[in-house]
Amino acid sequence: MAAPGDAAAATPAPGSAAPTGAAGATAVRAAGAATAASSRWSPARVALIALVAFGAVAVAALLAPKWLLFLTTMALSHGLAVLGVVVLTRGGGATFGQGLFFAVGAYVAALWPQLPWGLGSTDAVVRVLVGMAAAGVVGAVFAPLLARYRGIFFAMLTLALSMVLFGLLSKSNALGGSDGIPVPRPTLFGTELGGHARVEYLLFLLTAGFTLVASLVVAVYWRSAAGLVARAVAGNALRVEYLGASARASLATSFVVSGLLGGLGGALTGLVLGHVEPNFTNWTTSGEFVFVAVLAGYQSIAAVFVASLLLEVVRSFSNLYFPNTWQLVLGAFLLLVILFRPAGLGSLWQRKRPGGKAP
Amino acid sequence: MPLAFTILVDAITYASWLFVVSLGLTLVFGILKILNIAHGSVYALGAYAAATAVGLVTTLKLAPAFSLVAMLLAAAVVAAAVGPLLERTLLARFYGRDEVLLLLVTYALFLMLEDVTKLVWGVNPYFVSGPLQLFGNFQLGPMRLSGYDLLLVALAIVCGVATWWGLNRTVTGKIVLAVIHNPEMSASMGVNVQRVYTGAFTVGVFLAALGGAFTAPLISVQPGLSVSVIVVSFAVVIIGGLGSIPGAALGALVVGLARAASVHLMPEIELFSIYLVMAAVLVFRPEGLFQSVKARLI
Repeated sequence: MAAPGDAAAATPAPGSAAPTGAAGATAVRAAGAATAASSRWSPARVALIALVAFGAVAVAALLAPKWLLFLTTMALSHGLAVLGVVVLTRGGGATFGQGLFFAVGAYVAALWPQLPWGLGSTDAVVRVLVGMAAAGVVGAVFAPLLARYRGIFFAMLTLALSMVLFGLLSKSNALGGSDGIPVPRPTLFGTELGGHARVEYLLFLLTAGFTLVASLVVAVYWRSAAGLVARAVAGNALRVEYLGASARASLATSFVVSGLLGGLGGALTGLVLGHVEPNFTNWTTSGEFVFVAVLAGYQSIAAVFVASLLLEVVRSFSNLYFPNTWQLVLGAFLLLVILFRPAGLGSLWQRKRPGGKAP
Repeated sequence: MPLAFTILVDAITYASWLFVVSLGLTLVFGILKILNIAHGSVYALGAYAAATAVGLVTTLKLAPAFSLVAMLLAAAVVAAAVGPLLERTLLARFYGRDEVLLLLVTYALFLMLEDVTKLVWGVNPYFVSGPLQLFGNFQLGPMRLSGYDLLLVALAIVCGVATWWGLNRTVTGKIVLAVIHNPEMSASMGVNVQRVYTGAFTVGVFLAALGGAFTAPLISVQPGLSVSVIVVSFAVVIIGGLGSIPGAALGALVVGLARAASVHLMPEIELFSIYLVMAAVLVFRPEGLFQSVKARLI
């Protein structure tokens, strides 16, 4: 699978932080192509940079005002779901139903403590991981059906799936109907989290940690053989088939990865908000994910979180200035981005790659 | 047996307006190659416009029969206002581009129209039962039926036959078919392709608005209509095969039956049942029952 483009793809782009670099190192081993990047971006070095960055963020978060902390946490947890959309779109599947995974992750994380037979746990990490896994399983169940379709069919089927879950959740009395259910307070590694401010801080750290790890993993995935095949599927599925790889299997993999990321984001969001509701899988939620993905473009992981933060900031002001026209503003801005910056925000600082094009 | 009969009647009523809406969706896809997500918004616009128009008929103290004319006019006004505007100013910029990009564009439109509807008509539900009472009920065997349901069935048949006739038996229709087949060749033969696109989009939008206008008396007209309609009518055209008129008719019947059966037997799974049927159809016939337009497969 080592294409001539590998060397270029493995070289970290200027301006993007640790994630891109880590990718370089692992892609070399995964794709089996020896490039110069390996010496600069050894796993140890990447781990060190990641730890330092995480420490810096943790200290900065101590000083940040409460509203900013909450805003950033939401931006990161939603950004994870958007990253799922970006992964899937890069793999040739446009999705309008990322809310499906978002809700599955959130509801599973909310319900997990009530699991009988002593299996349930209130631990935040366990619940996030279980929520993520559940969304991955849902993705794996529907992947074989969806992988037969591409383009608009794929997009509309994902929308349909998420709206079906919305219908089920809204009508289910056991799950609180359209009001949703409260999320039991999480514990961390067997200890109570203490006061409200402390909970918010620790949940922010948890979200930031998961975001960092997920970004590294996605960066590695994008540069692995499977990630490169996924990109080729988005370009021309027929050619991929002729080259001997299965386009369907690749699209199914992308779908499951996007499911895992969506579930992760949903579980974190549920824990932080303390409440989950069917709106998590409503088309409006999925629409915002698509919006942020288009805004971010499909090249850079960092751009996803920047765009997500941008949306959260604008949203927090929207209640003040345009309370009833949120969708209108969102739609108009989406059109403007499509018309004037089709490659997204990421294209502002991402170097143009040979053969790289936004899907 | 009465239950089976009720289910059948419900299914046919539901299928008739759904067919009108889906016909518009499948027509626009067949001719312009756009899957218009904003189709549901136009349906909602039609319903709201009809609510306003019927209200106007009541305030002006016109004969109740005028409310039907008002509903028809409301749909026509919505189509005339929205169709050419959207097609000319926006969609025309994206012809020949990636179909997923066009999907995003119509999605943005959908978002915007949702709020525009709320801004114009507010968030409170509208109820228009006037036209419903106009037709009264009648007895058929063990059941009382609403006369309005019959009107809906008639409307669906008229729309279906008219569209089929217009496409296959008139000169304009032949030109449209030529454009579907090969826009470039048609243009070089002197066909104004642009006008065909605008016209076709407007007709599609009109059908959506018509469906909305004539279902307004049956439902409470409120925000959130559009997304439920686009999700269901999408299931219809997928089951029938995108771009096929008989497909849309059969798809609407199948969806109507699935929905009516689940509403009466297991109300929790209403939407779920529709998609269960769709998934079942797709497993055996990946391109829908009538394979008029080939779905892009891997």
